[in-house]
Amino acid sequence: MIKGKFIDNLPKVYGIYTGGFLAFIIIMAIGEQMGMTKYAIGVCFVAFTIFIYALIGWLSRTAQADAYYVAGRQVPTVFNGMATAADWMSGASFVAMAGGIYFKGYGYMALLVGWTGGYVLVASLLAPYLRKFGCYTVPDFIGTRYGGNLARFSAVVVLTVASFTYVTAQINATGTIASVALNIDFQYAVYIGLISILLCSMLGGMRGVTWTQVAQYIVLIVAYLLPVFWISNKMGAGFFPHFMLADEVARIGELEQQFGFVKNSAADLATVPKGLAGITKAHSAVNATPWAFISLALAMMMGTASLPHVMMRYFTTPSVKAARKSVGWSLFFIFLLYSSAPMLATLSKLSLIDPNLSTGIIGRSIADVQSIDWYQNWNEANLMFVSDFNGNGTLELNEFFMGGKAVVLATPEIAGLPYVISGLVAAGGMAAAMSTADGLILAIANAISHDVYYKIIDPKAETAKRLVVARVLLVVIGFAGATIAAMEIQGILGSVIWAFDFAMSGLFFPLVLGVWWKRANRQGAIAGMLGGLAAGTWYLVWVRTGGSGFLGITQLTFGIFGSAVSLVAMVVVSLMTQEPDKATQKMVDEVRVPSGRTILGKQ
Amino acid sequence: MSNQEKHWEKSRGLLFITLAIWFVFSIGIFLFGAEMNEVTGPFGYPWTYWFTCQGSLGAFVILIFWFANRQEKIDEEFGFSEREDE
Repeated sequence: MIKGKFIDNLPKVYGIYTGGFLAFIIIMAIGEQMGMTKYAIGVCFVAFTIFIYALIGWLSRTAQADAYYVAGRQVPTVFNGMATAADWMSGASFVAMAGGIYFKGYGYMALLVGWTGGYVLVASLLAPYLRKFGCYTVPDFIGTRYGGNLARFSAVVVLTVASFTYVTAQINATGTIASVALNIDFQYAVYIGLISILLCSMLGGMRGVTWTQVAQYIVLIVAYLLPVFWISNKMGAGFFPHFMLADEVARIGELEQQFGFVKNSAADLATVPKGLAGITKAHSAVNATPWAFISLALAMMMGTASLPHVMMRYFTTPSVKAARKSVGWSLFFIFLLYSSAPMLATLSKLSLIDPNLSTGIIGRSIADVQSIDWYQNWNEANLMFVSDFNGNGTLELNEFFMGGKAVVLATPEIAGLPYVISGLVAAGGMAAAMSTADGLILAIANAISHDVYYKIIDPKAETAKRLVVARVLLVVIGFAGATIAAMEIQGILGSVIWAFDFAMSGLFFPLVLGVWWKRANRQGAIAGMLGGLAAGTWYLVWVRTGGSGFLGITQLTFGIFGSAVSLVAMVVVSLMTQEPDKATQKMVDEVRVPSGRTILGKQ
Repeated sequence: MSNQEKHWEKSRGLLFITLAIWFVFSIGIFLFGAEMNEVTGPFGYPWTYWFTCQGSLGAFVILIFWFANRQEKIDEEFGFSEREDE
């Protein structure tokens, strides 16, 4: 029921869906007026949206390899852009990014530039060529271009390390939101999150994930933009915040001057609950050296171009031409949210620190602040904290602490918006984390089922058997991720950034040079992948265990070192060994022109 | 030089232009972040702040669409564009 006709009717189908979702928000708002409890609203939002995703997942079920791995290669440009945007914007982008900007300012905003600029590399260096190749997975490209099982397997290793690091963070995020919205223990909430994730992807594979991701994008973008516009209007800051917040940004600068950044003593800071931070950095001033900013942005850009769950979205477009355009649309949809994050951070900060605003708390008495409803709620949730360090009875800038997540989750409530918006934001965060987790788990499971099982272990396996293996792997990897997420080893944002570094260490140059350098051969690619991954990992471990690092490369940018080693290893080893055979060189020539059949379609 | 070689030469030229523009907006301007932030830019935001929030991001979006159109033209010029029925 989903083929042909469904594709033609996409704008209509998702138009009705969006209308239905807006109607649902309005019904909830009416429910709130009529006395629905906060808890009931939160449950309704999370349960209703997950139910819709699961329904889409079930409708997209398939028994065909082409549909399972690449959604039948018929996803239209704009919709693939939306799906990629949801795939891309994780729990970290949705929940943590505005918070990072809020606390760290300019130095952190390198992530905004890095996570968007990477798409230029995707569009110009890789996506159209990999689409022409006609592969199912990223290791499929490596395996065919360079030849041999070892090259294919090395690519699977790098992919798994990077994606798995990333996916635990996403399952962690779904668990956090589910535990807050449904009011259950994090250890159980993680598995509820996981089951919702698997419902979307298990039956339909890439096809199911594609159509749920489009639905999730719509939820998450509404959930992000609505509060930003609403708060801006309510504060009188301007009806279109992106163009009108210059005065607010300047005002924050003034207040920072007026209050000053007082440094707290270590003893005082020890009383602040773990994970909360105070405002210690200027909001809009340049507070990082050029290299610190550029190296972080560069690492994120090269990581973007190496992460398989993004790349494989461009395998689903109908043509090479569509793949290129689709990258543009992806970035456009990402831009809508990313350009709003700094605005949300600005509004959130100003509404708390400006004594002239009714919501401002700096300068009020500590007892006053402690008696505010929302303060008590978020304090209980361990996301907000005030303490009278200097004993003067008034709250100073340095005596206020907040968790990074609270900027997105708590600001609607602080600004006095109805609770229905908070429920919406929870559903949006859930959508963001789920869609990314789906893409990642699918990327790992597909690589192992297609490249390791089908291509290496049992090349004669029938389609039905291959898809069973793919689904079993999906569940196994999901549970492994959830188990690690339940142990809460690292924070969400840290592990996301590591995933980018791992991916760029091992995959960036083997992928790019596979298209752009004919002379690159198997030995070089294997050296590049394994050498890069090993070097990056070594650097990370070294810095984590007290190593001093060099050239200002930190544990967040270790991929710069890893990929440099990868490049050198790949070029040197390639030049020392024989050049690729004629057939391979001819294959590269064909990849470079859009016309004609795909490379793998010919074999 | 064969038709295909000419096509690739032109595609590579486009890549270098694209990467040069990309370099300016992702790296180049941030070399002068501190100096540029002293100056008021679009909509009244300081320049560097505006670039990190909106400017560079928007430039990337436009750059990708521009690149896609140019590459399509190159493909057409040398007869390598895809036919609809493929």
